[in-house]
This record gives sequence, C-alpha cells and structure tokens, in this order.
Amino acid sequence: MQVNKNKEFEPVIVAFCCNWCSYAGADLSGTNRLNYPTNVKIIRVPCSCRVNPMFILRAFQRGADGVIICGCHPGDCHYTSGNYYARRRMTLLFSMLDFLGIERDRTRVEWVSAAEGAKFAATMNEFTESVKKLGPNRRLEDLRCRKQ
Amino acid sequence: MLRISLDKLDELFSAISEKQTLYIPADRSDGAAEFQKWCDGMKLSKNLNTVRSAKDFFFPQTENLVDFKLSGKNIEIKDIRSEAEDFVVFGVRACDARSFTILDKVFLSDPVDTYYQNRRMHGTVVTMACTRPSETCFCTAFGIDPTAPEGDAACFSDDKFLYIKANNDKGEAFVSSVSSLFEDGDTAKLDEVQAKTKEILNKLPLAGLSTDSFGGDKLNELFGSDKWAELSESCIGCGTCTFVCPTCQCYDIKDFNTGREIKRFRCWDSCMYSDFTKMAHGNPRLTQLERFRQRFMHKLVYFPANNDGEFGCVGCGRCLSKCPISMNIVKVMKALEVK
Amino acid sequence: MQEAIINRAKQLLADGTVNRVIGWKKGEFAYDITPAVFETAAEIDADFVYDEFTAANVSKYLIKESKKDGRILAFLKPCDTYSFNQLIKEHRIVRENVYIVGIPCDGKLDAEKIRQNGITGIRTVSNNNGILKIDTIYGEETMNFDEAVSERCSVCKSKKHVVYDELIGDDGEIADSGRFDMVEKLENMTAQERYDFWREQLSKCIRCNACRNVCPACTCEKCVFDNDNSGVANKAAADSFEENMFHIIRAFHVAGRCTDCGECSRVCPQNIPLHLLNRKFIKDINSLYGEYQAGADTDSRAPLTDYKESDCEPSVVHERGTE
Repeated sequence: MQVNKNKEFEPVIVAFCCNWCSYAGADLSGTNRLNYPTNVKIIRVPCSCRVNPMFILRAFQRGADGVIICGCHPGDCHYTSGNYYARRRMTLLFSMLDFLGIERDRTRVEWVSAAEGAKFAATMNEFTESVKKLGPNRRLEDLRCRKQ
Repeated sequence: MLRISLDKLDELFSAISEKQTLYIPADRSDGAAEFQKWCDGMKLSKNLNTVRSAKDFFFPQTENLVDFKLSGKNIEIKDIRSEAEDFVVFGVRACDARSFTILDKVFLSDPVDTYYQNRRMHGTVVTMACTRPSETCFCTAFGIDPTAPEGDAACFSDDKFLYIKANNDKGEAFVSSVSSLFEDGDTAKLDEVQAKTKEILNKLPLAGLSTDSFGGDKLNELFGSDKWAELSESCIGCGTCTFVCPTCQCYDIKDFNTGREIKRFRCWDSCMYSDFTKMAHGNPRLTQLERFRQRFMHKLVYFPANNDGEFGCVGCGRCLSKCPISMNIVKVMKALEVK
Repeated sequence: MQEAIINRAKQLLADGTVNRVIGWKKGEFAYDITPAVFETAAEIDADFVYDEFTAANVSKYLIKESKKDGRILAFLKPCDTYSFNQLIKEHRIVRENVYIVGIPCDGKLDAEKIRQNGITGIRTVSNNNGILKIDTIYGEETMNFDEAVSERCSVCKSKKHVVYDELIGDDGEIADSGRFDMVEKLENMTAQERYDFWREQLSKCIRCNACRNVCPACTCEKCVFDNDNSGVANKAAADSFEENMFHIIRAFHVAGRCTDCGECSRVCPQNIPLHLLNRKFIKDINSLYGEYQAGADTDSRAPLTDYKESDCEPSVVHERGTE
C-alpha cells in the first residue's frame, strides 16, 4: 500500500455500539449501502451502560482521536434502563474530561435504533468530520502508543 | 576558600549549564521545592529540602529497560540503553548526599545495575551545607554532619558568599571548570555561621535520637516485639513514606504492550503495598503489620546486617512531615528503643 | 474541649458501654498526630489529644474496627459523620458495634500552610482567639488562625452532625460555604488554560496512593489499579496519560458517594488540589440531577444508581461554558 505523506489527517474513531439497537443500526446502514468513514472502528457491547469510563480513556490511550457511544433511544433499552444509567455516567465523565481541558468534541453519545441505518451513517460522517477538524488527540494520549 | 558572591549565583548557574544540564531545587507555584532543570531566571529555593529526594536523578520513578517486538515466533530484543549525558545536581543536602552511598551499596555491588551506574558516572553532585535545620531533622543520629556534606563538591554559605570545596576528583574537575567565577577569600564569617548551625543542631527536638538499640545483631528481639501491632494499627498502606524516602530502593518490573511492541519498564514499588510480595504461591505478608514491620526492619536491621552496620535511613525527615497519619521511623525507633 | 472528651471516653469505658476508643494520639511535635485505638483510661490520659491538628477522619477505620468483638467509641467531627453515614449506607460498618459521640470542630490547621508562610522548626502551636502562637526552634512566631486553616475547613460545608448517639457541645448548622468557587473559576477558563492547570498539578503526582487509601469512600477490597487482571494496574505513572487516568477514575469511582471530607487533599504529599476533581462531580450532580449531599442520609438513592427519564442528554456538556 502506498502512503501519501501529504494526505490529510485521518482520525481513529472508536464507536461503542450496543448489541440490540446501534450495532443493528450499523448493520442496516451497511445492507442499505450507505457510506460511513472507514475511520470508525466499532466495538460491540451488550448495552451502552456496559461502557466503563475506563474503556473510553483506554481507547484514547491506544490511539483513538474520538470516542462515540451509541445505544438504544431512552425508553427503548433492551434491559429497560441501562441507557438511562449510561446517560448519567457519560454526562459526568464528559464534563470531567472537559474540566481537565480535553477537547469536548472528542466525545459524544448518540442514540441510534436498529431501524436508523441512515442516522448511524450520518452521525459517523459528522462525528468523523468534527474530530478531523480537532486534529490528533494530544492531550489524552499515551506517548508510548503513538504511531512513529 | 574559593567563594562567590550570592548575587552572582545566576552567573554561576549559567556558566555550569553552558557545559552540562544543571538541576537545582527551585520553588513551585505551591511554595514547595522540587529539583528542576535550571533555566534563565530560576532562583535557588530557600526551602530546606525538596518534597521528592534527589535519588530520582540516579534511580528515577519509572525507567524503560528494554523493548521487545514479536513477529510470529521471533522475538526481537531492542537494547534501548544509551550513554547518559553529563549533568550536575546542585544544592543537594547532606542527608540526600549520604543516601547515594546507600543506593550505591545496592545498585553498584555485583551484579552492577548498569542503568544506575550509567547515570551515577555522568552525574556530578554538588551539595549545600544546612544553616537552618528543621524540627524533623535527625541526620546526626546516623553520623551525618549537615554542615560538612558529602558529594563530589560541597558548598557552604553565609549571608554574603557561597563557598565551594571539592571532595573528590570529579568534584575537582567541576570546581576547576567554574573556578574563574570564584575568588579566594577568608572564611571567618562562614566559620561563625557553621558554629551557630552546630549549636542549633544540638538543640533540635530529635537531637538525642539514638540508634544503639538497632543494628544487624538485633533481629530476634526487634522482629518479635509486641509493639509492632500498635505502631502499625493506623497505617493506611499508602506508599508516601517510601516514595519520598531518599534511600528506599525497591522496584517492580512490568511490561506494557503498546500494540506494536512490548516496553519492559521498572518503577518504584513500596513494601507498604498489599501486593508487594505477591507471587505465584500467594502472599507471605498478609497484614499491614507485616508490611509495616518489613519497612522499618529493613532500614534498621537487615540493611546494616548486610552493609557493615550502615543504616538504611539518613534522617532527612521527609516521612515525618508527609505521612498521612504521622507514623514514622522516629516514632518507631522511640517505641522500640531499649532504655 | 479535650478534657470533656477525655472524661466522657473514660466514663463510657468504665461503665462498659464500650471496650475501646478510637481517637487521636499525640506526636513529637504539635502537628504529627496519629489516629489510634485506646483500651484503657491510663492510655487515654497519657496520649489522647483533641486540638487544632486532629484532622484525620477516623470513620474509615471503623469498617475494620466495627467487625471486632465489643463496641468501639468514636469521636466524630461534623464532616466525619457524613463519611460514617455514607459507609452505613453502603453496609460497610456494623452500626451496633460503634458508639458515636459527635464533637464540635472549629476548623483544623494545615502545618504545610504554616511552613509556606516561612515559619520552620515548628514545635508547639497554641491558639489565642484567632492568633496562633507558634513556638519554633528559631524563636516564637505568630500567624492568623484563618491563614493557617486547611482549605477544606475554610470552606466548611456543615457543622451539623448527621449521625450520633450523643453530642458534646451544641450541634451546628449546614453552612453556605462557597466551596465550589474554585471549580467555577476553572470552568470559566479556556480549555487550554484548564489543561495547563491540571498538567502542572497532576504531573506532581508520585502515585503513592495516599489519596485513595485514606478516602472513606474508597473501600473496595481490591482496587482496579492494584488488580493485575484489570489491564490498567499501574504502580507508577509511566506516562502523563496514566497520571490523568488514575485521577479521573479515582474521582469517578467515588462520584455520588464522595462527601467532600477533603482527606485526599490533606494527605497529598505533593499538595495536589484533588478535592477539586471531586467537587466538580458534586457540582455537576447538584446542577444536573438536583441537590445531593452524600452521607446526609442513609436511605436516598445515590445519583449514579438512579435516573430520571427527563435527565439531560450528555450533549449538555458541549453546549455550555467556554471552550
């Protein structure tokens, strides 16, 4: 593979998708042949509330430039209330990252149902673009993991 | 003796740093002192001592040892060692200077720790005599004279001048490299300051602390003492005492997987931590009492037993002011002392 | 006050209400006071102390102590009672085995602040109506009490005891303390300024774990940072990332449970203002999910184990304040 040195910055985006809604939504956007950037790496989790704050930090440590958590819409959680808990946790965590001076646009939560393939693709396009504008993650990276 | 006006310290620092990297104790924004790389305008701290000791220069808190790369069944080993650059640590107190002697016994005895040796060879230690000891000081109990510190070269000061004297060949080389800034002068005023400091040292609250009850031959009576339970009962098992201590030298070796390679690094460890002695078969020190006892037995019994009677403490007093529950080696010594 | 406390301790020991007492033991100087368990009146007479330097919060020790035989007497300052109550709520303490005597507190001194004022060689400190007389090896010094009082006490949130079996002295009131002022000041800075502020602070961290080990809310049997199987165990911060991660996660794990007792900042050997991280969570919880004071009661649901359908979306973070 040829690497073009003048190529613009391509962020690494980690998307935590819940098994029941958002992961199926990603699938649907695929079967509908909708485009979303290859920058997005999906990690399937049973529920958005499975996402431990440490997962997000470790994603940044190991090279992510943006992290997005996708789950069922509030009220539609497969486990009734998981995404409500996730909502509080992520709000507080993002607020703390912001407090420490980490760019707030590197993190996002989006509710995507299994029927919203188009929303999934649009969200990923938009999120990737906004992280691209921020440039590489420098404030919450581990230098040991930086690509040489 | 060679001396330089205190107003000219900046010139001295600037001259040293032209040739080598220079570190001096300087005040942080919170008022505490820390060894920092000298840059223009940085002032020598008036604090007696730094929060972290000077051992960091030779035995840093974390240090990469070797890198591995795995490809299939092959392991490629990358030796990342390189010759250290020459550096000068200025303003080390007598207690920290002695701590290097203690660390040397550990790291420079066979098999030599080449990482430590590398930095030790390239570092010049310039010490600074104390004029204003603190209530927590007890270095004299370990035979240290804070008015005549060890180190490659030693500095002394009165209210106008800084005096310098080489203690060994490395110190000679250092002094001669900056001697053009110094002039010869009499030491009448300095002698006065030194005499006054000695007087204060005799009046310090911990001046009478005795090490007579401790040493390599006291193992049985001290290990079995019934005082340990009471002394350790409120220990919270943190590593503050260990990490601010200039002589604590235990470390752990860990691997970090960066995704492309493995970085094997070592980092300070503390015998106060619950997993310090954890190994395949389990953990022989199950309670805080045993961990607590280990730390003080090591400093006061095991270390002298293996090192010609030298204690593993230099009386810098850092643990006295930093322990969250104010339990420290002085309280331990006083409780275990045979009167 | 010390005399009244000692007398009450000896009475309760003598009449068999308790068989031991947890309190504070004198040190070599004015400030180096150690939490200790006393079993006899003679021990109490010899070493028990309660003064401006008895700052340590003893409630965490009661987890272990309340599981031993017999009953223990604990003297709790108002802020300590919040920690104690929170531990009761989390079923960490056997309540029947602890006899609580609430004692008043007028703020505790911070020896570090006295040293920062250039006063060294501290031997004894006495308080004369707000003026401290400090006896040092270099002579006598004076300093205002208010300048030497610890940060957490200068913004004391409450002088009311939320749990006790009896009180010595009168109970106080919940105060309106301005303890979130510094958090707010930081919030109003730019992201770069905040980043620089925290880099300066957190890079001082030596990972001694004192903040974690002293914290009455950190009571896990095995901390994630000590667990080799967790994948994040790190004994020392080998990179600035790990400094950030430890402190974010430490604060997050006690979010909604932290009573803001301030022990973390008191014990930090590097003077890192760790309480600001905890207070940021408390402030956010108060403004987003309604006022909540951990430890104020033992039956309400903690904010992070609760939810409302009408809760704000995480995007609220992106929509407010300065970038």
